[in-house]
Amino acid sequence: MQRLIDRAKELLADGTVVRVLGWKKGDLGFNPEPAYFETAEALDSDFIYDGFCGANLSKYMIEASKKDGKTLVFLKPCDTYSFNQLIKEHRVDREKAYIIGVGCKGKLDIEKIKAMGVKGILSVEGASMDSECETLTVKTLYGDKEVSYNEAMLERCHVCKGKEHQIADEVMLESRDTKDAERFAEVEKIEAMSPLEKFEFFKKELSKCIRCNACRNVCPACSCRKCVFDSTKFDEATKANVDSFEEKMFHIIRAFHVAGRCTDCGECSRVCPQGIPLHLFNRKFIKDIDTFYGEFQAGEDTETKGPLTNFTFDDVEPSIVTERG
Amino acid sequence: MYKINKENLSALFSLIAEANELYVPVSINGAVNFAAWDEDVQVDLDTLKTVKSPKDAFFPQSETLYSCKRNGKKLSITPEELSSKDFVVFGMKACDVKGLAVLDKVFLVDPVDSYYKARREHGIIVSLACSQPEEACFCNVFGIDASSPEGDVQVYMIGDELFWNAVTQKGEKLTEQVKSLLADTDEAKVEEEKASIKAIVERLPYSNLSLDGWGEDAVLLDKFNSPIWEELYKPCLACGTCTFVCPTCQCYDIKDYNTGNGVQRYRCWDSCMYSDFTMMAHGNNRTSQMQRYRQRFMHKLVYYPQNNDGMYSCVGCGRCVDKCPTGLNIVKVIKAFEKGGNK
Amino acid sequence: MSMNNEFRPKIVAFCCNWCSYAGADLAGSSRLQYPADVKIIRVPCSCRVNPMFILRAFEKGADGVIMCGCHPGDCHYSTGNYYARRRMTLLFSMLEYLGIENGRTRVEWVSAAEGVKFSTTMNEFVDKIRSLGENVRLGDLRCKD
Repeated sequence: MQRLIDRAKELLADGTVVRVLGWKKGDLGFNPEPAYFETAEALDSDFIYDGFCGANLSKYMIEASKKDGKTLVFLKPCDTYSFNQLIKEHRVDREKAYIIGVGCKGKLDIEKIKAMGVKGILSVEGASMDSECETLTVKTLYGDKEVSYNEAMLERCHVCKGKEHQIADEVMLESRDTKDAERFAEVEKIEAMSPLEKFEFFKKELSKCIRCNACRNVCPACSCRKCVFDSTKFDEATKANVDSFEEKMFHIIRAFHVAGRCTDCGECSRVCPQGIPLHLFNRKFIKDIDTFYGEFQAGEDTETKGPLTNFTFDDVEPSIVTERG
Repeated sequence: MYKINKENLSALFSLIAEANELYVPVSINGAVNFAAWDEDVQVDLDTLKTVKSPKDAFFPQSETLYSCKRNGKKLSITPEELSSKDFVVFGMKACDVKGLAVLDKVFLVDPVDSYYKARREHGIIVSLACSQPEEACFCNVFGIDASSPEGDVQVYMIGDELFWNAVTQKGEKLTEQVKSLLADTDEAKVEEEKASIKAIVERLPYSNLSLDGWGEDAVLLDKFNSPIWEELYKPCLACGTCTFVCPTCQCYDIKDYNTGNGVQRYRCWDSCMYSDFTMMAHGNNRTSQMQRYRQRFMHKLVYYPQNNDGMYSCVGCGRCVDKCPTGLNIVKVIKAFEKGGNK
Repeated sequence: MSMNNEFRPKIVAFCCNWCSYAGADLAGSSRLQYPADVKIIRVPCSCRVNPMFILRAFEKGADGVIMCGCHPGDCHYSTGNYYARRRMTLLFSMLEYLGIENGRTRVEWVSAAEGVKFSTTMNEFVDKIRSLGENVRLGDLRCKD
């Protein structure tokens, strides 16, 4: 971590960048926040990069691109997909960014640690980038507990897209491939259900939705200046959680709008206060796109046309959905 | 003081549910929230904090106010009936109960909110002491005693037993209804539990948080114009998580839903973090996220106390600490101002 | 409301201005029959149909939604229906994934000369929706009464 701070200070000092976008220490040791740093002192006292820095900073670059001067941004391998996608959509300015591709050993989910029955967490040791990332020692009000690093990882890290940064000016720190599950396994499990089971499954999950919009607001692909669900001219612009329909509408449309642009960064599932597995919507679209139109990974580059802004003359007909049985 | 073995909890719940509607913390796919009880739900009394606070039972996230229906040339308007059946909310924590006191000062003063008032009158609160407070808790900062929650009935879960102590008349009435399941006991174990809870509360990371410079005595304009807000708000995503999980946030929006042959006028929680919050014909009176962010905390820590004899509209439940997607929360605000010399 | 208890589905048909709407016209002027349960909404191109339109139709009480456009290759705007085709494929697949009954949605390419096809398609579709029954899973309960 010190290496990151030193390099950031160098780049600030030689004028390459005027600010640094990174993560700032939280007050509980496991709740860092995305932050801008403009001085060496601020970097020294507040900068952190460890297993809890899951936040994808690409989206903050939309705002940073509007500011004067270059911003140094730390992007993890999976974050770089989002950044590429934002370049493709002309939402960020490549010239305004100095990207340090930072290594990643899998990011942690404090909710998962809590779900293991660990209560009153005061600090978590073993989450730093220098550690082996095998075991976490959780100090709590009710005694110390040991937790496996892998079991405490975010869902998205279990289907890691790999150690490679898709875009970066330089790369620092080692990465670790944490993939130990099939990306579409969960989707396939649902596909195998009967229609009623599917419906009940999603109804149960979406009944938890409180319409806080955290999934939308954290999403790097959701970068519309004004969301249709915020439009006052439209009666779907509700904050009501009426489980008869509203949530379904919101989540289908949101997933559809990012279909072909979603890099599967997993931020939506990470931030959902109710733990709704929102990635299941996005991944279904990704899976279908792969099947129908050939494999496609959004954010791999900044040039290729997205699957929904493209076509071939012999695309499958929509009736395939009923015909495939 | 009475007690009941935990094994008999579902019997207790069905007995309560005979005469009342009953809301308990229910776990759905890992998320615990208050919901109506029936024999099939998975009751979870071990999770300290539900995701949403139980304010839902008194001030639902969405509720219809009245419906208009068109039938040929006739238009009928039907107001929603006020709550008229007694209901019990079982397992509210000390902070959640105090949260209702905050809402009372908003909804029960003139003009009285009749929907809320009806629910308050019919609601019976069975509060549960927090046997294991957690890291994000700081209710003691606001003078709340987690070991002795307010409410109509106080309940303690100790070992295999649940201790039951009726506090108010409503609580006595409920106790009568379920007396067949309760056994008499003394207060020794409960006193022990209270002491243990208090000892833990002292060790909580936020227990020494200082509110100096906030509340009734705060210099409003100093706080309002402080450059610190500009530093604090930047990671804010402008989502409504903090407001929707908060037990004291009380802002709502009223909208019409077009049902095809009529209109349902409903109200739903609103969030001051949203860009269309308090949108009016002339536009919006808070145009930047910094202003919205500032509003939330100024309201809780300055405006509300100054209008309500020093009572804060934060109860230290720590839900925002747990749930903010970017790790922002009211504690960080208080600490940042303390560091900045409370200016 | 029909006098007996027979289920009369509400069907929304999005028809593109250049082919399918003209096809519907031809069906009419040729006195070909199709059920009055079908309500046509004319759109400039099948590509104009936003997934939200379909969901909204279901929300407000439709039991089936069908989209008709020019045959691939014949789009008045050259390529609109190709994009629409991809969108609807993905949307229908998503609806199936969410447990919505297969067959409540359909896409059919109908040219201005295909009055007969229009009428048979609509007859078929209405029969299909009748067999599926009322749309419960995608409707908003508030619109039910």
